[in-house]
Amino acid sequence: MTIFSVYIINKAGSLIYHYDAPNTTRPAVEKTFSYPLELVLKVFDEKVTVAFGERDGIKVGHAVLGINGIPADGRFLRDKREILEVLSSEKNYPINIKFGRPPLSINERIMLASMLHSLFAIGSQLSPEPHSSGIRTMETDTFKLHCHQTMTGVKFVIITDPKQGHVDAILRKMYEAYADFALKNPFYSLDMPIRAELFDNSLQSVIEQADKYGISSI
Amino acid sequence: MSKEEEFKLMYGMIFSIKSFVSRLSPTDMKDGFLNYSTSKYKLHFFETPSGLKFIMNTDLSVGSMKDVLHQMFSSIYVEYVVKNPLCSLDQPITSELFKNKLDEYVRGLPQFGTKTGS
Repeated sequence: MTIFSVYIINKAGSLIYHYDAPNTTRPAVEKTFSYPLELVLKVFDEKVTVAFGERDGIKVGHAVLGINGIPADGRFLRDKREILEVLSSEKNYPINIKFGRPPLSINERIMLASMLHSLFAIGSQLSPEPHSSGIRTMETDTFKLHCHQTMTGVKFVIITDPKQGHVDAILRKMYEAYADFALKNPFYSLDMPIRAELFDNSLQSVIEQADKYGISSI
Repeated sequence: MSKEEEFKLMYGMIFSIKSFVSRLSPTDMKDGFLNYSTSKYKLHFFETPSGLKFIMNTDLSVGSMKDVLHQMFSSIYVEYVVKNPLCSLDQPITSELFKNKLDEYVRGLPQFGTKTGS
């Protein structure tokens, strides 16, 4: 059983909690290039991404994650040099570039959370039968998304392996943790991001237990 | 909701789901979005390399319909729309023959009418 990430979305559609499993590795490709660079790179969303020229596992949409071992930070390298400038001057070649799927920024996560909130609502509107709920599970070839909406409109979303079956028990357990360690915390205000160590720990233990012993143990 | 409105909403939804799913995916995707389910229905999605989208709503007991949708494309759409000189590809399909063949195919599926009996 693999859980990639967990999101909690409040009734207005904003992200109030997210957790990423530490062991999920996003694949990256490293390759040494000589001048001139065959790939066409463009700045998209403050990241240098491949716009044209798929080859050797480097796909369109992949971002530059590092050059010669120096990690990238948005459009710049850690040493404050601009990536596109480094790649355009011939004297820097041969050059080793690391490509991969860019990790999600917190802004992107907030945007995706509100996007899911509206997709959830449209899902129930498009139903051929009346009184449908929103989206419960969504399957793709690389992951499966499970969503549980509580009576008060809070959504618990987990993203798992595509082969994963029912995870309702985990979602309910997370709701329990939310009720116990977020709502009962006197310093927590409703609909605001959850920052509580006890909540973090209990959520993590639920996920670890599911990972180790399977869902039936919960 | 009128049919017209529903179609627009469906297109918008599928478009957004595709973008949503491709951003959220932990690894690179091949087929992308396959299906989603609510408490009442399941929506199956299949996209051809040329960008033509096939969508099918079923009840919850149905498994993967990817092959069925692919079959619909390769042996019904291609045969009765692409090879029909009277159908232009960027216009809504009005061919009666296509409609009849599709109806026949869907009615012949093992998944058809197993639960609702209609």
